[in-house]
Amino acid sequence: MAAGSGDDVFVEFEGVQKSYDGVILVVKDLNLAIRRGEFVTMLGPSGSGKTTCLLMLAGFETATHGNIKLGGVSINNIPPHKRNIGMVFQNYALFPHMTVGENLAFPLEVRKLGKAEIEQKVTRVLDMVQMGGFKSRRPSQLSGGQQQRIALARALVFEAELILMDEPLGALDKQLREQMQYEIKHIHESLGITVVYVTHDQSEALTMSDRIAVFDDGVIQQLADPATLYERPENAFVARFIGENNTLGGKVTGMNGVNATVQLDGGPTVQALAVNCGAVGNRTMLSVRPERILIGDASAPNVLEARVVELIYLGDHIRCRMEVAGDDSFIVKVPNSHAHAALNIGEVTPIGWVTEDCRALDAV
Amino acid sequence: MTDATSKGPLTTADGTPLKRKLEQAMFASRLRAFGLVAPLLAFILAVFVVPITVFMVRGFHNPTYETYMPKSTELLLEWDGVSEPTEEMAAAMVADLIQARADKTIGRAATRVNQEYSGTRSMFTRTARKAAKMEAPFMAALVKAHKNWGKPEVWQAIKVAATSWTPAYFLAALDLKYKGDGSVVWQVEERQIHITLFLRTMEISLIVTLSCFALGFPVAWLLANLKVRTANLLMILVLLPFWTSILVRTTAWIAMLQGQGVVNDLMAFSGLNQVILQFMLLFRDYGDLKLASLCSNDVNGVLATGEATLQTLSAQAADAQTTCAAEMVRIYSASGLEAAVAQAGALKAEALRWGYGDERFSMIYNKTGTLVAMTHILLPFMILPLYSVMKTIPPAYLRAAKSLGATNWTAFWRVYFPQTVPGIGAGSMLVFILAIGYYITPALVGGQDGQMISNFIDFHMRKSLNWSLAAALGGVLLIIVMFLYWLYDRVVGIDNMKFG
Amino acid sequence: MNLKSILIGAVSAIAVAGAAQAGTITVVSWGGAYTKSQVEAYHKPWMVATGNQIISEDYNGGLAEVKAQVEAGNVIWDLVDVELSDVVLGCDEGLLETIDASILPPAPDGTPAVDDFIDGAIHECAVATIVWSTIFAYDTTKISGVSTIQDFFDLTKFPGKRGMKKQPKANLEMALAADGVPADQIYAVLSTPEGLDRAFAKLDTIKDSVVWWEAGAQPPQLLADGEVVMTTAYNGRIFNAFAAEDKPFAIVWDAQITDFDLWVIPKGAPNKELALEFIVFSTDTQRLADQASWISYGPARKSSGPLIGSYATKPDLLMAPHMPTDPENFKTAIANDFEFWADNADELNERFNAWLAN
Repeated sequence: MAAGSGDDVFVEFEGVQKSYDGVILVVKDLNLAIRRGEFVTMLGPSGSGKTTCLLMLAGFETATHGNIKLGGVSINNIPPHKRNIGMVFQNYALFPHMTVGENLAFPLEVRKLGKAEIEQKVTRVLDMVQMGGFKSRRPSQLSGGQQQRIALARALVFEAELILMDEPLGALDKQLREQMQYEIKHIHESLGITVVYVTHDQSEALTMSDRIAVFDDGVIQQLADPATLYERPENAFVARFIGENNTLGGKVTGMNGVNATVQLDGGPTVQALAVNCGAVGNRTMLSVRPERILIGDASAPNVLEARVVELIYLGDHIRCRMEVAGDDSFIVKVPNSHAHAALNIGEVTPIGWVTEDCRALDAV
Repeated sequence: MTDATSKGPLTTADGTPLKRKLEQAMFASRLRAFGLVAPLLAFILAVFVVPITVFMVRGFHNPTYETYMPKSTELLLEWDGVSEPTEEMAAAMVADLIQARADKTIGRAATRVNQEYSGTRSMFTRTARKAAKMEAPFMAALVKAHKNWGKPEVWQAIKVAATSWTPAYFLAALDLKYKGDGSVVWQVEERQIHITLFLRTMEISLIVTLSCFALGFPVAWLLANLKVRTANLLMILVLLPFWTSILVRTTAWIAMLQGQGVVNDLMAFSGLNQVILQFMLLFRDYGDLKLASLCSNDVNGVLATGEATLQTLSAQAADAQTTCAAEMVRIYSASGLEAAVAQAGALKAEALRWGYGDERFSMIYNKTGTLVAMTHILLPFMILPLYSVMKTIPPAYLRAAKSLGATNWTAFWRVYFPQTVPGIGAGSMLVFILAIGYYITPALVGGQDGQMISNFIDFHMRKSLNWSLAAALGGVLLIIVMFLYWLYDRVVGIDNMKFG
Repeated sequence: MNLKSILIGAVSAIAVAGAAQAGTITVVSWGGAYTKSQVEAYHKPWMVATGNQIISEDYNGGLAEVKAQVEAGNVIWDLVDVELSDVVLGCDEGLLETIDASILPPAPDGTPAVDDFIDGAIHECAVATIVWSTIFAYDTTKISGVSTIQDFFDLTKFPGKRGMKKQPKANLEMALAADGVPADQIYAVLSTPEGLDRAFAKLDTIKDSVVWWEAGAQPPQLLADGEVVMTTAYNGRIFNAFAAEDKPFAIVWDAQITDFDLWVIPKGAPNKELALEFIVFSTDTQRLADQASWISYGPARKSSGPLIGSYATKPDLLMAPHMPTDPENFKTAIANDFEFWADNADELNERFNAWLAN
């Protein structure tokens, strides 16, 4: 690593901008530092600029402005094949005219390695992804999950320090996807490689990442570890995009230290943690996670009247849609335990929350 | 499962064996499917298979002689073709000649024999006129009427003509001659033409296929990778040749490539012709062409005005003269005007012989013209299958290869190119098979060395009326195409071919 | 009225109309200026005189269509204008009706038709209308002083490309003439193997400078484009180029190869009797002379010669000096020997093509 590049920073975006047509910026002033060995996910809806960032890092797109550094060295002018970055593509991009073994040997052959060495590395990586017996198969003879493993193995086989993954699990069914998430995570940990992962699936991001960069509109909305992101979203977009979330619109009527007093559009006034709500008089949006709602407990700091509109039985918990302050899309997760009384549709019950769990964010 | 069903063949609920039941069910659906294709099948049979088969049969069956000269046919077929023709054969011949003349069919029989032995047509028609007055011994009478009756090879040729089912035409299509005694020999060398033509047809088709591939591949790649709007525009340009008549396209190439045509004009105007010529001279010894081409102005001047130009040239300082101008001046002062003009003419004739004269190249009315025009006309047949295959190759493959460390070239060659092989196979097959049967274009721009086998099939169909030979040539062509198809299947695999 | 009576009515109406209009024949010729000359000189006067109709069709020569029609038993052509060699081939193969020469009208002075027609113009299956010839021509603005067939083969004296028809016929004869064989001995020499070799050897001397043409329209074009400095051509095409299009072309008549174009009736023609009437009409002395005003092909009757006038659209352009049959032009003419070509066409075509290919 080059000297002076800070504490173990491996990949660095410095003020990167990208425009395809000279009119619209797809990526606006991106600054991101990724540490060696880190698993960073770029998460965002489609069109948010996350894939463009990945392609710029891989070298398939050039940055319109700014600098991308790898190990402290600018790679703006290095062609993709010299960057030594492993990449797993959305639809795997396994070469259909080559066998699994030939696909894996390809990056080693273009690096002019000896036959024996290639053979040994291919066998080792195949074992790593538990595909030892599939060397002579063609990609078309493999299932989706197996193809996924081979694609992963191909990105790993030439021992790149940085692996990019572009929605690699998008084509798999739910069960397989979850299984692969753990496997990728384990491989990442055991090899100590740096991974930049792109997905639009927030649960996948939460499961796997060390840190998540939430993209929207070409800008990183928040960069944080999964827990922080979930517990302490910095703005309304992140709050809504990560996990399930109840939002209540209102107006800031007073500030007291870290808390804000907010008058809801439906009438009542509540206390919330002032995160990103501006000064008194601004519109704000309150964000409360469904599982943080205390139901039937009139002793909570913020208590509102709620009417049960719909109940969905989900085994471990019951999902309850309620009308609160004139808004009938308020969701409460009620644990399926003896401690909770059964609710009935149409029933009116008090709900509440701890002030720290309710975050006053920017109004959208 | 009970014991009863686990033993013996499986049966349905009503006890019929499962297999038979399945067949019954399949038969009905097969019958229906056949019923649907039957009209098309009948159509193809009636207008394609039957006429072609009937025509192909002409290639080895020609009963003309047997039909009109039955008596001599019978004896000729018994004759061994080696021994002296007998008096009996001569008598039968005379009887046939008399009858054929009366029926006015003598010309048909004569035409048939003439195909085997030139000059026998007039021998037959003239002898037939005298046949009615002939008396025994008939052989002597025949020889008296026309001396060729005395030649054994004439009788052998007649025996070949009398054999209705004959390999003679197919052998002739391969420059072989089938003789009356059953032997097969090479056609005399100066008449051997068909093998040369088949080889040339293959050569031209192959070059055209390769040129189409070389020119079409990048275009197909562009089409598959450009933005949709630009690609559509380009596609129209590719398809444009399809919408113009083949005659118009070929004639346009004549206007482009002829000596006074657009390409030559541009080259002469820009001086590019001299550059190309110098380049050619680097690689080959063109002999006197070097002199002629480098001073075509002086040569033309001498040829046009003679003495005046020579005197102007002589007046120039020696180092201002070109080599050939100096040569002409030397001859002029040594041997006089006539010798100098002759030298100029010889230089010019030599330049013409190499396809270059008056600052211009010969690019049409020869093989070059055929190749250029055919490549242009057949190009879409290469581009379209290539395009449709390339369109299905996701760009991710190239990116993947590059991310794995492959250079642009390696990524293209090892990853992209192999996946276009089905399109290359289909395009090459289409172009090659179309090229092999091409005839209008070579006829118009082929000159002497750009003719193909189809031009000769056409010649025998329309001019010489030797339809049997035309059928045999067509048959040989068909066999060659089928062989190549088989070879392709063995090497590449037909199922590996993708038309789109 | 029921359907049946409508049909009967329609059919009888057509029949009546047909009778009133007399007959219709289909006449097939080569197209262009040549067909126009026939339409002006034969078709129009005949239709006016008899009330019959003519459907005029074009073709590219050869007997392939005739053979196909006759063999299929579905003849639709009544009269075809063909070359002499095709007459011989077609007549021998039984593709053509025989024509009785005695029906042809005598000359105005009473000379019987068989004597009035030029030698070889009447054939058992055909009657000739014109004498045309293969000549060679050049562009007077490019070269001058060309006068003999030797000049055509002299690349040193007259450098530049030559145009020739891609066939052995006419080319072999001209080659021998250029090599010094007198016109009346050409075919005798050609009939010997040595003579053939001699002809091909002469062609060899200019082979690399030849542009080969196939259709009659090509040679004037090649000359006009400057692709060749001299070319063999049909004399009528060159005449048309300088008379109608004012091209600076000149014809060299030395060693011209004369040939006939003749009327033939395909075997089984639907309107044979009418076609015969048309032959009789079109081959009388005046009609043949009339045609010569439209194109520079010589009439097949001797008696037509004095009646030849001037070019139809240029009254001061006399036609007689442009006729192959003009005595001045005819001195070294070679008459195409149809028997020689009928006997040897197969072999010589093969040899010629093999010669071209190598």
